[in-house]
Amino acid sequence: MLYGCPGLKPLYMGENVKTLVEAAQKIEPSTAQMMDWYRQMVLIRQFELRSAQSYQQQKIGGFCHLYVGQEAVAVGSLAAVRPSDYVITAYRDHGHAIARGMDMHPLFAELYGKKTGCSHGKGGSMHFFDASKNFFGGHAIVAAHIPLAVGLGWAVKYRKEDRVVLCYFGDGAMNQGSFHEALNLAGLFKLPIIFLVEDNGYGMGTHVHRASAVTDLKLRTGDAYGIPGKDVDGMDCLAMYRMTLSAAEYCRKGNGSIFLQVKTYRYRGHSMSDPQKYRTREEVAQFQEHDPIGRLEKVLRDAGVLDDQKIQAVNDEVHKLVEEAHLRADADPYPELDDVWTDIYSNPFDPYKL
Amino acid sequence: MPVIQLREALNQAMCEEMQRDPDVFLIGEEVAEYDGAYKVSQGMLAKFGPMRVVDAPISECGFAGLGIGAAMVGMRPIVEFMTFSFSLVAFDQMVNNAPKVRHMSGGQFKIPIVFRGISGPGQQLAATHSWTVDALYTHVPGLKVVIPSTPYDAKGLLKTAIRDDDPVIFLENEAMYGVRGEVPEEEYTIPFGKADIKREGTDCTVVAWGHTCQTALAAAEKLQQEHGINVEVLDPRTLRPLDMDSIIASVRKTGYCVTVEEGYPTCGIGSEIAYQLQEKCFDDLDNSVTRVAALDVPMPYSKPLLNHVVPGVDRVAEEIKKTIYFQG
Repeated sequence: MLYGCPGLKPLYMGENVKTLVEAAQKIEPSTAQMMDWYRQMVLIRQFELRSAQSYQQQKIGGFCHLYVGQEAVAVGSLAAVRPSDYVITAYRDHGHAIARGMDMHPLFAELYGKKTGCSHGKGGSMHFFDASKNFFGGHAIVAAHIPLAVGLGWAVKYRKEDRVVLCYFGDGAMNQGSFHEALNLAGLFKLPIIFLVEDNGYGMGTHVHRASAVTDLKLRTGDAYGIPGKDVDGMDCLAMYRMTLSAAEYCRKGNGSIFLQVKTYRYRGHSMSDPQKYRTREEVAQFQEHDPIGRLEKVLRDAGVLDDQKIQAVNDEVHKLVEEAHLRADADPYPELDDVWTDIYSNPFDPYKL
Repeated sequence: MPVIQLREALNQAMCEEMQRDPDVFLIGEEVAEYDGAYKVSQGMLAKFGPMRVVDAPISECGFAGLGIGAAMVGMRPIVEFMTFSFSLVAFDQMVNNAPKVRHMSGGQFKIPIVFRGISGPGQQLAATHSWTVDALYTHVPGLKVVIPSTPYDAKGLLKTAIRDDDPVIFLENEAMYGVRGEVPEEEYTIPFGKADIKREGTDCTVVAWGHTCQTALAAAEKLQQEHGINVEVLDPRTLRPLDMDSIIASVRKTGYCVTVEEGYPTCGIGSEIAYQLQEKCFDDLDNSVTRVAALDVPMPYSKPLLNHVVPGVDRVAEEIKKTIYFQG
């Protein structure tokens, strides 16, 4: 059946969401898995702190949007999908790239505009790509990648493949037309896509209360397009894993798309150049009390697999890896000037090259 | 050789490529159950089914983006715009995602997609529906722009476009869908970047493409009959890449050049050709290049006004005479 989704009740209002949540609650990851997530979150945070330093040292140009505070979203959700699944995101993409398994060296090299960068120095911070990891970017125009996610989902359905698409975007994207067109198409064609909004409360410096006529974002999302959904605590890595895994199974069964409304918070500004006059230090501190790394740390301490010594060991190991990757990228060469003529066409031609 | 309409030639190209390659599909408004707003996709739904001939809602940004996303994983979508005037609703997808994903990913993803549909003033559709988008899209590195003027070219170029690994803007014209011409039954394709001399002549080179190629040919006939002026009409067939070598060779022969387009003169295709001619064969020109284009105003509705704005046979003929200093 190509069009519509007869018999499917909107989940915010219906029974299916209960099934989804119940299934999620039964998912129990091992402590070894959770230790891995813990390490990944520490790695992302240290990568971002190093990036902030490098930006201040002017090693990084353009815009640089840090993921500090949101680590649990990428780590928990990407742990729940398979390498064969398709992943696409917006410009705050460092965390997703790392959680998807990309090495730090080509990421730092990309940030520094080096030839060894994951996009050969042509994309920068907002355009990390890795075809080998089914990581489709890294897109900088707000919400413009959401229709691409629909195309990925279309290809999966067309080829009758066992894959899902995981598409991240921010709450600011939900005011764009392309978001609504994309959701309508996904709902209409019943495509296997998890739409995941990382609602950090702000579209750049504008609070959701000043940007959205209806601030309960779930009313503006799935239900309007026949796509069921659920809100998730994005500061909780375990909750992210459970809900995404449950959502992915739902999509794999041919039920269509799922919408996850993930509440999270970024500790740093929108980008490196943000003076953050729109919020108070107290507000930031309040969210930091629920820090995603701290929360998983507590779970693992309670399980008896993490203590001060191990925490220090993880941090030391990660710090060493981050510094090594940064130093190597910093020493790498810039692209050749002639490289501007490559990666544009399959058969290069340009009247002005000569 | 069978004589068919240009719309049938396009239909044949799409059907043959879809039979050849299961990754090719057609998506657009009214392409399936309605059989195409201009009947280009007539019968295709019955032939290929609803997964391969897909009716999209009126949602250009959405389905243009859908095509680009599908192309990222190796599918070969044909996205039909009912008119390219509506592609402007999807302009970000057209000029950012389609041509730049390859570049920004360091060449990791190719985007083999064709966007096709009508471009040009049409029949009294007023300003918003009458865009000639040639120059808009030719401006963008990463896109290829194709514009056929005969059924033969339409079929061969569309087959090449579908097989091409880059995003192709394929421009058609409402007034030309019914144009008839010879199209061979056997398989053929036409390479991009190769101009075609539609009429050989010695007195003046007229560069014209798409719909204006017909206007230029009619003007050439008129001048031949009325004054014995022998005009060469050169159709570049693709605007990016642009076959400047052939244009220069023709100008070296005739010494004069007139460009004819339905788009606007300011920063138009004619301006680009004129620039390149003065750069590359200045000494071969016996006069400055004449740029015939739409008047630089929004397209009016009223028929006499529209006919005044769009270059017609008489205006083209007059401009050719002026360019070659004809004293008649």
